[in-house]
Amino acid sequence: MSATTLAAGDAALGYRRLILRRAALLLALSLGLLVAFLLDVATGPARLPLGTVLDALLAGRGAGGAMSVIVWDVRLPYAVMAMLVGAALALSGAEMQTVLDNPLASPFTLGVSSAASLGAALAIVLGTGIPFVPQDWLVPANAFVFALAAMLLLQFMAQLRGAGLQALVLFGIALVFAFNALVALIQFLATEQALQQLVFWSMGSLARATWDKIGILALALLVAIPFSARAAWRLTALRLGEDRARSFGVDTNATRRGALLRVSLLAGVSVAFVGTIGFVGLVGPHAARLMVGEDHRFFLPASALCGALLLSLSSVVGKLAVPGLLVPIGIVTALVGVPVFLALVMGRGRMA
Amino acid sequence: MSAVPLSVTNLRVAYGRRVIVDGLDLAPLQPGTLTALVGPNAAGKSTLLRGIAGLVPGTHGTVRLGERDLLAMSIPERARHLAYMPQGLPGGVALTVMETLVGALRAVPTALAPDGASAAAHAITVLQRLGIEHLALRTLDRLSGGQRQLVGLAQAMAREPDILMLDEPTSALDLRHQVSVMALVRETVVQRGLVGVVVLHDLGLAARFADRLVALSEGAIQADGTPLETLTPALLAKVYEVEARIEHCSMGHLLVLADAPIRSAAE
Repeated sequence: MSATTLAAGDAALGYRRLILRRAALLLALSLGLLVAFLLDVATGPARLPLGTVLDALLAGRGAGGAMSVIVWDVRLPYAVMAMLVGAALALSGAEMQTVLDNPLASPFTLGVSSAASLGAALAIVLGTGIPFVPQDWLVPANAFVFALAAMLLLQFMAQLRGAGLQALVLFGIALVFAFNALVALIQFLATEQALQQLVFWSMGSLARATWDKIGILALALLVAIPFSARAAWRLTALRLGEDRARSFGVDTNATRRGALLRVSLLAGVSVAFVGTIGFVGLVGPHAARLMVGEDHRFFLPASALCGALLLSLSSVVGKLAVPGLLVPIGIVTALVGVPVFLALVMGRGRMA
Repeated sequence: MSAVPLSVTNLRVAYGRRVIVDGLDLAPLQPGTLTALVGPNAAGKSTLLRGIAGLVPGTHGTVRLGERDLLAMSIPERARHLAYMPQGLPGGVALTVMETLVGALRAVPTALAPDGASAAAHAITVLQRLGIEHLALRTLDRLSGGQRQLVGLAQAMAREPDILMLDEPTSALDLRHQVSVMALVRETVVQRGLVGVVVLHDLGLAARFADRLVALSEGAIQADGTPLETLTPALLAKVYEVEARIEHCSMGHLLVLADAPIRSAAE
């Protein structure tokens, strides 16, 4: 008898420890992100000491002086955008992987990014876009509308009775090929100047970050996150399979619809503003899963933090890699992310 | 516990245009009894169970728990009354056993677990009842097939339903666990006055632990009654196409001995 009570006590204690350990990991990730963010602000053509950066940040915007201008108007928009885009894309990827029950799902692999590229291509090369949108906003607005349309198309397929999750993923992959072909066609027809602009756009760059765009992306995150948090338990249940989750009382169709809607918003806005940054949406969630498991109360914030951390670090590397040149973040993310990811996976393999 | 019977009338379950079960009536399943659903492969046992559990979109007919229509309920409402355990628990999931149980309790708020602490405490009680509290902190991908089945059972039991539906709860278990799990399911059903329905392949196990046996083939009920009434050589010939004997062992349990397949005229 005493043996069983002891085991139960162990289980209760162990579970409490597990939760604490996961919360501690979230805290560690947040601290890591803070450091990466400050490094990102400090790095650039003129290397600023961290102390100076902190002073300028704490003094507030418009405090005067060259330092304040560099930090607040040049460095900070990049750094904040890197963080927000990383968080938004990784959170999107995490929710997609869960609701589509597929470890390869991400906004990039299922057509959102290619749709955005098509939208951008139409705006850049043909100058066509949504009416009444100011010229400056034509490219992002077009990219967003196309990304949203791709996700809604995917949603629509999800609603169709009898379309299994596998079919849905295959449909997403088909979308990637279709959009890529259309983009290639436009590139083929484009003038040299438009082509150059388009290629640069699709490499993914934070150079287009402004406070206005940051505000919009932050707003999208603020709208989406409370719903993600509320869905966390239902998403955890969904990991145990469709039938089981429904038997727990989860309306799986509604959960899936909600998640894909959040993904549309977050991925659409991110891709519209910074172009194609694919890798983070796929890898952020995997890194988070290796660290905190799949209790979505921890998994979702950890994914967002991993994504933000990865993009912040990539941004730093992008500025340092080739002196005097800013390497587009889309390229760096994959180059930095792949080794980090492989190390995580291989490390995990050794432990098992 | 509401302790009212479950009745099924004129049930039709279809996957798209493929109709698996049509016009099926089931005499009321009484609370506190365990019913075994048996039949050959592809007889429609799992489909019938999923249909009753409201998991197949193309299901028509009535499934009543007392006066209330289960199929007309919302998903969370139905989950308060009915727990269903599918055959397999997915493998590559990075969740610990405790997390899956707490998740089962908190996916939709229940009176059982209004907060995290009570959910964890309740989860541990359920694990203890099944004797698997030592697995509490293991992740699902490190469990054997049999352990995973026990954890699945724990998830279904944790929500304390009125109706417990289990699809082959013993398929991956060794002899000892088969007997102990079935005894536990039976005890839970009887003590708590649940309506218990179990899909089983092992007729001996079904005969020993179930109060009632429903034999199904090609989506229709072929026999329904106590194991002693239903398990006859004639039924086994009809449903399973085998020549079989039914014997009583020294302890009085029924034994089914299949001797040879019956060759159909087509062969």
